[in-house]
Amino acid sequence: MSELAVDLPVVWFTLRVAALAVLLLAPIGLALALLLARRRFPGKALLETLVSLPLVLPPVATGLLLLKFLGRRGPGGRAARALFGMDLAFTWKAVVVAMMVMSLPLLVRTARVAFEEVNPRLEAVARTLGASEARVLSTVTLPLASRGIAAGLLLAFARALGEFGATILVAGNIPGRTTTIATAIYNDVQTGADGRAYGLLAVSAVLAFGAIFLSEVWLKRRTNA
Amino acid sequence: MKEILVLVFAAASLTDALKEIAVSWKIAGGERIAFNFASSSTLALQIREGAPADLFLSADEAQMDVLEKAGLVAPGTRRSVLSNTLVVVVPHDNSLEIASPKDLAGKGVARLALAEPTSVPAGVYSKKFFERVGIWDALAPKVVPTENVRATLAAVESGNVDAGIVYRTDAAISKRVRIAFEIPAAQGPAISYPFALVKGAPREKEARAFLAYLGSPAARVVFVRYGFLVKD
Repeated sequence: MSELAVDLPVVWFTLRVAALAVLLLAPIGLALALLLARRRFPGKALLETLVSLPLVLPPVATGLLLLKFLGRRGPGGRAARALFGMDLAFTWKAVVVAMMVMSLPLLVRTARVAFEEVNPRLEAVARTLGASEARVLSTVTLPLASRGIAAGLLLAFARALGEFGATILVAGNIPGRTTTIATAIYNDVQTGADGRAYGLLAVSAVLAFGAIFLSEVWLKRRTNA
Repeated sequence: MKEILVLVFAAASLTDALKEIAVSWKIAGGERIAFNFASSSTLALQIREGAPADLFLSADEAQMDVLEKAGLVAPGTRRSVLSNTLVVVVPHDNSLEIASPKDLAGKGVARLALAEPTSVPAGVYSKKFFERVGIWDALAPKVVPTENVRATLAAVESGNVDAGIVYRTDAAISKRVRIAFEIPAAQGPAISYPFALVKGAPREKEARAFLAYLGSPAARVVFVRYGFLVKD
């Protein structure tokens, strides 16, 4: 039996890539959420379905799609090599992409509800007072939806921290390169290093508890306001 | 991320010997080595898709062939110097008497762990042997396939399977398994570990130096101590 230990470099790496994933995802996810909350357009139901797909598709299936896309012979992988001379699959960049895709539905769904709860009349009033669309967005819509957006970002972050299925296929489990908390736990159990697995289990439990607790608090405050 | 100098993709069965060799390499003035230990088939897939590997140390020739066909082996660097043998292990507190392959087919063994038998070398070797002695069909329903040979070892250590097939070098590092019987090299499949530099290795010069060191007397002594058979 191996001794209880916390693999801090793995924790630190996971926190950083998850934060980067949420940062890159935020503009895309919020734009999609706003689009779905405020506009009607042909193909809307299809877009809604596509956005939610990673939630229900087996994560390894998503991972397989990503691997075929980001791999050396895939369109994304080819483009990255041609443009930047770099590989994506089995690097930390693939971890970020996997986390982004898997977290997208949580962010969009939570933020969309937040946008929908903003009274459109308040936005209309701002427009009649001469505010531009950008100004309406930045001074009315976003502030009123901010708690829901924050909760969505936090949920996306928590989901990213725990991502396993897509990550293991598209980024592998390369120590010091692509190993995250989730893939490290798997590897530790596979190799009988139970102590290290328990250490990471404790860290994940604390992180997940904190994220869910905070997002619940934020969501409640918004509905009570 | 901290820049790692040489990234070595190595078969899981080489884990302990290589870690020790990397330490003596560093003491001798070599660069820092980082390892990615997994099944050779997993590693070959990762390298094919562009993982930044410098060296590939495979547990069978088939996986190295895959890379060579894909044009990912630096010409003239492929060499096979190590061999190994297979053993049947049981949990150390298990009194099960298994003395021959036929005993594995008996009622005492409900679950038999071995590395995934179509692609992972340890599993491929095991399957080849059991097919040769004519009991694979009897064993197949009991097989619990694992990701790599070290996962087989861990499964036996945990007591969740009745027996497992690993290399004798894996059995030697564990106090929690007992060797039930060994498959002599003459009867078993030919086990061979090819090493090579990956074409386009990001740190080619340092990687070449470490590859050469792996064939040095100092490294050979370590491989032998862990139970590997070293060819001349």
